[in-house]
Amino acid sequence: MQKIKPLDHLVLILGVLFLCVPVVMALMSSTHYPVDIHSNGLFLTPGDNGLATYTKVLTDRGGFTGDVTGLRMLMNSLIMGVGFAVGKIVLSMMAAYALVYFRFRFATILFWMIFTTLLLPLEVRIMPSYQVMSTLGLLNTYTGLIVPLLASATGTFFFRQFFKSVPDELLEAARIDGAGPWKFFIDVLVPLSKTMMAAIFIIMFIYGWNQYLWPLLMTTDEHFYTLMRGIKSILQVWVGSQIPDYNEAFALAVLAMLPPVAVVVIFQRMFIKGLTESDK
Amino acid sequence: MTRGSGPRARAPRCNQNSGTQVTDTPMTTLETERTLLARLRAWYSAEDANPTKRVQFDRPLTPWLFVLPQLAVVAIFFYWPSVQAVTSSFYIEDPFGFGSTFVGMENYGDAVTSSQYRDTALFTAFFCVVVTALSLGLGLLLAVKADKVIRGTETYKTLLISVYAIAPPVAGLMGMMFFDMHMGPIKDLFALFGHDLRVGIDYWDTAIALITISVWKQIPYNFIFFLSGLQSVPVPVREAALIDARSGWRRFRDVILPLLAPTAFFLLIINITYTMFDTFPIIDVIVKDKPANNPMTLVYKVYLDGFKGNDIGGSSAQSVILMVVVAALTVLQFRFLERRVHYG
Repeated sequence: MQKIKPLDHLVLILGVLFLCVPVVMALMSSTHYPVDIHSNGLFLTPGDNGLATYTKVLTDRGGFTGDVTGLRMLMNSLIMGVGFAVGKIVLSMMAAYALVYFRFRFATILFWMIFTTLLLPLEVRIMPSYQVMSTLGLLNTYTGLIVPLLASATGTFFFRQFFKSVPDELLEAARIDGAGPWKFFIDVLVPLSKTMMAAIFIIMFIYGWNQYLWPLLMTTDEHFYTLMRGIKSILQVWVGSQIPDYNEAFALAVLAMLPPVAVVVIFQRMFIKGLTESDK
Repeated sequence: MTRGSGPRARAPRCNQNSGTQVTDTPMTTLETERTLLARLRAWYSAEDANPTKRVQFDRPLTPWLFVLPQLAVVAIFFYWPSVQAVTSSFYIEDPFGFGSTFVGMENYGDAVTSSQYRDTALFTAFFCVVVTALSLGLGLLLAVKADKVIRGTETYKTLLISVYAIAPPVAGLMGMMFFDMHMGPIKDLFALFGHDLRVGIDYWDTAIALITISVWKQIPYNFIFFLSGLQSVPVPVREAALIDARSGWRRFRDVILPLLAPTAFFLLIINITYTMFDTFPIIDVIVKDKPANNPMTLVYKVYLDGFKGNDIGGSSAQSVILMVVVAALTVLQFRFLERRVHYG
């Protein structure tokens, strides 16, 4: 086989350093005092202010109404991530099932109606989307945060591909046994898709958790702020204060990145599967 | 015996061939002169050229129940706003909300001819090229090395992938502090080379920050795809290449790279889309609401003009231009997606 060259390891180590040192520095700096950070720069070693900082960020009531805590934002982010992932799986599995397993009028036109959504990301239609949401009275609601993001066919596309690969014999056998469409869906397809659902869940959870622009527009009420939205407001507070609370900003960043990173590291295999097979 | 049974065995096959030929001929002619009308007819009827399943349920109502939730969401939150974007791009809205006037293509004209728009478009193109080239290149380099080493592959992989999950705004926040003018380590780094880095004030310094953060955020994604592409290269192919070409670089160029080409094309489109749209939070965090002398992308300009500038017509016109660009990119992507599945 090939020889191991130290150069290969060097390149990899440099790559790892480039990607991971900022994360480590953010984590370590969040445990120091803002004054120390201001005068000494960022840290690569832990400090002794960590507990206080995180307690403050998580439980201190801040914002304009003085009512929103980090814990609340964490919960909102969780609702957003889980709600989005679950909604996506339910909607897209059902739609894909109808498109693959049924012979019905307009099926092709429906297929194209749904898949055109892949053409335009939310960012290019933010302004009118905002207007639609305000017409519907969905600003500052969880529905308004989650449901509009479901209007894309990524999941449907993925489940359609998967259903197409399920052997036809299964349906034939189920029909001989007298199973109708509902029974076949619940008793055969859903259990069969478990791994796929888990993979999609991971991808979509991260996607939902990491949403920035949409929560920024949709929420003016601080009770609905997610961590990403909190980052925006912590930056707005910065303008004008003498020594910014660097440690708190870093702590907020750490809180915002920890759950998705943990999910990726723990479910790495499933995550890669979901990512490379769903393609988007 | 065997010679005798040969023709007899072939005979029915011939028959079968001619049999399928008869049914095939109208299909192919139909395909060649497939007009819009024929296609519409195919849409209307449930007949599919190649049905997804041999057996399908045949119920009139049930599929609608299944597809309805997705359809409702798509109609309300995709088609409605998209149509509205197109219509409002032809109007100028009164800044105080007293109705709007139809102006035809004026919004488009204003957008395209404004020097600010052209500068932003130029920067977006530059930004796309640099970020895509750097993140693809570095992702490929790391993937090739991680595929090569035997010891510690899993550790490298985990460490390199973990950054993927970090949200762009978080990356932006961290980047902002790394480029901070008081305590940012990167500023010190640039000071070593005698450059005074002033992110947020100097146009190109801000551009450097934006590019660095965007590349940093995107490397793991490219790494994952390149690595899984590399690992799907069959072992016999690798071994054959090892015999044929002694130099590692030639092996890579002549054997591995062509096999990776579909993945690379796919990633190219994804990366361009990423740089155009998903970098929004990074720009928002770094540039904040002080766009005065700072670089930004077209998407950020849509947002600024629409929400901060209250120019709904102009913002919509820019949206529609972007829609055309991104739709073209996605169509390209689907072409390559098919290819990728085919080769994979």
